[in-house]
Amino acid sequence: MWNRFVLTLAAVGLVSTAAAAGQAPQAAPKPPANEDCLACHGDADAKRADGRTIAVDAKRFEGSTHGPMACVDCHADLAKLTEFPHPDTLAKVACASCHDDIGSKYRDSIHAWAKEKAGLNVAPSCTDCHGRHDIAKKTDPASRVARPNIPTTCGRCHEGIKQKYDAGIHAIALKRGDSRAPVCADCHTAHSIQRADTDAWRLSVTAECGSCHIESARTFLDTFHGQVTALGYTRVAACADCHGAHDIFPKSDARSTVSPARLVTTCGRCHAGASASFVQYDPHANRTDKALNSTLYYAAKFMNLLLLGVFGFFGLHTVLWLSRGLKARSEARR
Amino acid sequence: MTLYRRFDAFDRWLHVALMVSFIGLGVTGLPLLFSQSGWASVLAHALGGFHIAGLLHRTSALVLIAVFAAHLARVGKRLVVDRDFGVLWGPSSMTPQPRDVIDLINHVKWFLGRGPRPRFDRYTYWEKFDYMAVFWGMGIIGGSGLMLWFPTVFARVLPGWVFNVASLIHGEEALLAVGFIFTIHFFNTHMRPEKFPMDPVIFTGRVSEEELREERPDEYERLRAGGRLEQLAVGPAPAWVLPAARVVAAVVLAIGFVVVAIIVVTLVTPIVLTLVAPIP
Repeated sequence: MWNRFVLTLAAVGLVSTAAAAGQAPQAAPKPPANEDCLACHGDADAKRADGRTIAVDAKRFEGSTHGPMACVDCHADLAKLTEFPHPDTLAKVACASCHDDIGSKYRDSIHAWAKEKAGLNVAPSCTDCHGRHDIAKKTDPASRVARPNIPTTCGRCHEGIKQKYDAGIHAIALKRGDSRAPVCADCHTAHSIQRADTDAWRLSVTAECGSCHIESARTFLDTFHGQVTALGYTRVAACADCHGAHDIFPKSDARSTVSPARLVTTCGRCHAGASASFVQYDPHANRTDKALNSTLYYAAKFMNLLLLGVFGFFGLHTVLWLSRGLKARSEARR
Repeated sequence: MTLYRRFDAFDRWLHVALMVSFIGLGVTGLPLLFSQSGWASVLAHALGGFHIAGLLHRTSALVLIAVFAAHLARVGKRLVVDRDFGVLWGPSSMTPQPRDVIDLINHVKWFLGRGPRPRFDRYTYWEKFDYMAVFWGMGIIGGSGLMLWFPTVFARVLPGWVFNVASLIHGEEALLAVGFIFTIHFFNTHMRPEKFPMDPVIFTGRVSEEELREERPDEYERLRAGGRLEQLAVGPAPAWVLPAARVVAAVVLAIGFVVVAIIVVTLVTPIVLTLVAPIP
C-alpha cells in the first residue's frame, strides 16, 4: 500500500512539473533524465499494477557497460513523453538500433527464427543472454557472456547439453582455466547460431576443431573422410561423428567413442560389419610419420621415387625426342 | 596406296573402352586426390556429387577390369588354342627383350645426333612400356581399389592399416597413370613431330605401306621375307572412321591437357607461393 502511495505521489509531482514546463513559451519538451525515471524505478520495491517489479538497481545500471547512457536512449518511446506515469506497455527496446551488425546476425539465427517465426516464446533474444540493466562486457569476468560463464548462460535453456558438456574434457579444461578450451559460442557462434544438422554448419565446424587440433585436422584432410568433407559433402564422418560433440573424452578414457573398447561400435555406425581388424585403419594417418606407420611411410617414399623416376626418365626422353624430331622435320623439308 | 592391318577390330574397340573407362576413372577420382583445391569441389559437384562420382568411378573400374580380362582371355586363346607362342617372345611379342634396351640406347643416340635412327619392329620399347604399365597399374590401382571398395570384406584377412597404404598408393599410382598417359603417351604416339597432331592407327587399325616401311622397317622386311605382308593388306577403313577418330582424339587430347594443366598448376602453385612469400 505504501508503495502505491509513493508511486502516485511521484507521478503527481512529475505531472505538475510537466504541466509547468508546458506553460513555458514553446520550449521543446525535455526528455526525462535518468533521475526522473529513478524517482519511481529506483525504489527496490516498485511494482506495476499487476504486481510485477519495475525496480531498476541504479548502482548496478551505472556500473554496467551502458551506465553512461540515458534511460531514454534505449527506451526511446519515452523520450518525448510528458505525461507520467507512462503506460504499462512500452515499445520493445531495439538493441539493433546501435548494435546493427549483431542484430542482423541474430535475425538470421535459429534463435530469432524460433522466437519470431515459430512463436517459441522461450527462445532467447538479446536480454536472455546479456541481461537488461546490468549488461557487462564479455571481458568482465562477472558477465554472463564472459567465456567461462557461457556454458552456464546457454545451459539455462540447453540443460541436457550442458550436463554432457560439463562431463567432457573441454569443460574440464575450461574449469582449469585453460582459455583455449572451447565454449558453446566457439563452435555454434554467439549470434549466428544455426541448426546443427545443416550441411553448411557441419562442414564449417571441422575448421573450428582444427583451430586447436591442427595436426589432427591436417591428417583428417589427408585421408578419405577429410577429402570427401573438403569437397563439401557430409555423407562421411567429420570430427563430431567419431569423437562426439559435447561429451568429448580423451581416447584413453573408457567413455570416449574412440576408446579401443568402443571403436568397433563407433566405426560400425557407418561401416556395417566393421571388425577389430577393420578399425586398425587410421583415419588420421600421416605418411610422413615413420613411427606411426612405417609401411605407409616407406610406401609414400617408394611412390615418390617411382613418380620422380618415371616422369624424370620419360620427361627427358620426350624433350630430347621433340628437339630431334623437329630438327629432322625441318631437314626433310629442305 | 596399299594399306596393311596393324590392329584388328577387337583391339581397336578394346582401346576405345580402355580410353573411356580410364578417363572416367581419372575425372571422377582426381577431385578426391585434390579435394582441398577449389576446382575439385566444382568438378565433384558438376559430376552430380560425391555419391554419383563414386558410382561412375566404380562403373568405369568394372569396364576397365572387363577390358583387361578380355585382353588376357585373348592372349590365353592365342597360347592355348592357337599355340602361338610368338606372343610370349620374339619380334611380335609385347615382352621386353634385350633388343629393347639396345633400341632405347640407339634411339637416345639418335636424339643426340650420334647415330642413325634405330630400325624398329612391330612393337617399340616405349609401346611395350605403355603396355606393361597397364599390367602394373591394374595390379596396384585395381587391387588397392577393390580393397577400398570392400574394406569390411578385406578386413577379414587384412589389418585395417593396410587400407591406409592402399589409399595412398591408389592415389599416387593414379596420379602417375593419368600424368603418364596424358603427357608421355600422348607425345609418343600423337604429338611427336612425325605424327602430329594425331596417329589414327589405333582407331583405323591401318598403316600405309610407306608408314610401315619408315616406322617399322624390321617388321616390314620380316613380313615381306616371310611372304606374309600380302595377307595383311586391307581396303580403306569405312568413311566414318577417320573423321570420328579425329573428333574422339581431339576431345580426349583436350581433356588430357586440361587435366594435366590443372594438376600442374595445383601442384606448382603452393611451391611458387612459398618461394615468393615464405611463411613466417
